[in-house]
Amino acid sequence: MKSIEELRAIKERNKGDVVSRNEKGVPTINVHMGTCGIAAGAREVLTAIMDEIKTRNLDKIHVVQSGCPGMCINEPMLTVTIPGEKPYVYIKVTPENAKSIVLRHLINKQPVQEWLLNLDK
Amino acid sequence: MDFYRAHVLICAGTGCSSMDSRLLRQNMHEEILKRGLDKEIKVIETGCFGFCNMGPIMVVYPEGTFYCQVQPSDAAQIVEEHLVKGRPVERLLYQHEKESTDTVEMENIEFFKHQKRVALENCGKINPENIEEYIAQDGYFALAQCVKEMKPEEVIDVIKKSGLRGRGGAGFPTGMKWSFAAPVQADQKYVVCNADEGDPGAFMDRSVLEGDPHSVLEAMAIAGYAIGASQGYIYVRAEYPIAVERLKIAIKQAREYGLLGKNIFDSGFNFDVDIRLGAGAFVCGEETALLASTEGRRGEPRPRPPFPAVSGLFGKPTVINNVETLANIPKIIRNGWEWFAAMGTEKSKGTKVFALAGKINNIGLIEIPMGTSLRTIIYDIGGGIPKGKKFKAAQTGGPSGGCLTEAHLDIPIDYENLTAAGSMMGSGGLIVMDEDTCMVDIARFFLEFTQEESCGKCPPCRIGTKRMLEILDKITSGNGTPEDLTNLQTLAETIKDASLCALGQTAPNPVLSTIKHFRHEYEAHIYDKKCPAGVCQALLSYKIDARKCKGCSLCARNCPTEAISGKIKEPYVIDQAKCIKCGECMNRCKFGAVIKE
Repeated sequence: MKSIEELRAIKERNKGDVVSRNEKGVPTINVHMGTCGIAAGAREVLTAIMDEIKTRNLDKIHVVQSGCPGMCINEPMLTVTIPGEKPYVYIKVTPENAKSIVLRHLINKQPVQEWLLNLDK
Repeated sequence: MDFYRAHVLICAGTGCSSMDSRLLRQNMHEEILKRGLDKEIKVIETGCFGFCNMGPIMVVYPEGTFYCQVQPSDAAQIVEEHLVKGRPVERLLYQHEKESTDTVEMENIEFFKHQKRVALENCGKINPENIEEYIAQDGYFALAQCVKEMKPEEVIDVIKKSGLRGRGGAGFPTGMKWSFAAPVQADQKYVVCNADEGDPGAFMDRSVLEGDPHSVLEAMAIAGYAIGASQGYIYVRAEYPIAVERLKIAIKQAREYGLLGKNIFDSGFNFDVDIRLGAGAFVCGEETALLASTEGRRGEPRPRPPFPAVSGLFGKPTVINNVETLANIPKIIRNGWEWFAAMGTEKSKGTKVFALAGKINNIGLIEIPMGTSLRTIIYDIGGGIPKGKKFKAAQTGGPSGGCLTEAHLDIPIDYENLTAAGSMMGSGGLIVMDEDTCMVDIARFFLEFTQEESCGKCPPCRIGTKRMLEILDKITSGNGTPEDLTNLQTLAETIKDASLCALGQTAPNPVLSTIKHFRHEYEAHIYDKKCPAGVCQALLSYKIDARKCKGCSLCARNCPTEAISGKIKEPYVIDQAKCIKCGECMNRCKFGAVIKE
């Protein structure tokens, strides 16, 4: 070890790991993984999200899963929550859509309106 | 970078490991692998969370779900329900009887809520066997800052201003200790970490070494830089195998990363650390005895001066710091002395780790800001006394300390207040006693410990503690005489004054403090030949209440000495001459007819 920069590089490399354990107020993607969700392909959606996060080298994002929200017709569903904002619920998510949501909603902060749950429809 | 959506932290401290947490870890790995989740879920073995009573402990992030008393057989359900379907396994969640709603997150649990973790910050958070996780938590940045940007005297100045005092017992200001060793001219100086934790019931040093070994290594290197030492030794007991193993891994990794060894951070500063194993003698926690033992000689103390700062290990200037003291140092450098000095009371800064044991609901390891009251520790963090019994006393400072009573429940705990109350901080053992504890018996227990651990070098300690123990034996067996109390006190004062080291100087403390606060219990033993708490066997007698006895003969059939006789359906009687006071009749009686007097 020769410099503080070297030490800092190690810290950066591992930050995501430790941060996801301790950080509060982090954007969360919640994949609904009830039996219905899994049958409709929630597992593939989850994997796609994980891959996208890995390729883009993102940290400070929590990926969690929860049970069926009761709208089995719309599965796979996922909820994106950015702290301080209202949660956005996406429906009939495909793995491709999921990747797109990571980019457009979580990175660019632009919710993808056309895939959102719209109760007025 | 690998991204894991969930981190499963499982305690791998000594407490949880002894409750099958190793097998649990293995099962979790297998279950996760079986479902192909190993690329998205990471299982990490951490140090002690402190909540040993509820172990084995498992925490699942990012939610921070706190599971307790998890059995190896629960692994499949946790993976299937929580990690696949996102439904926490409710039966394993921590539930507190006082709280109406289920508590899921760690920080909301009463046990953790009142704590302030500084020395234990990383314990239960990071994997102690991975140096990179320590670095990710700002580890080794304090060392970098010291050797790159600060002069040794500046480092000492920061530690002095922080007000940090030795956590091993005596509470000597750490910065002062360093400043004594720094100016001494010598070809070689040493830094020694005192990890010879001998206080019965205290295990904070073990927990730090197991959960965050790098913080100790980093602090030793900082101390080395401050005083001009290039070699450090950790003196640790061989009966801490997990701590020793993790230390070995930590030292190896630190050397690989160039954080120990030659020319650290290209600053020209060299420092290395080695481990010395102790055989587990209480006296070796005393610094001069520790040094003797580290050198390979018999672990016996010697008179001071010369103090180790001038002539220590192999006759060279040496700084000896306790594990918990060292664990505070990197944080003080990183956050500044003002941050540390803002915590605590006027003369005692920062936090202190206590090991809660005895008659208390939440047995475990806690860290609180100095100045917290005993009431908060026992009733809020500790969850009160089991079975609704009444609090009687709390022993601090282990066999060297004294007891605090109900009258002391609200004093702010710090070095000065504990000394004023006739006890001491010690290394932080806190043994809680309820109404069923006999204070004479407790004093006898602690004295028996120190008497056995006396190294025998100086007569006051070797002979004096033996004589005191004989008097206590006499009192608890019902043969006490009125002059015993005065004799005990005279002996105690002489031993305190004349002993060579702190072992002897503090050994009489438990006796003196129990005489001070619970004199009536001693008098009851001596004059009335009664043990008020019903502990001292020789002073007890078992009787059968004729009104309650149904004459079922169950007691008589189970009495090992056939001391009970009678006729079926008529009250039975115990023959006191034959009775050996084993209490079996009382345990067996279904009608509560056997009474203890």
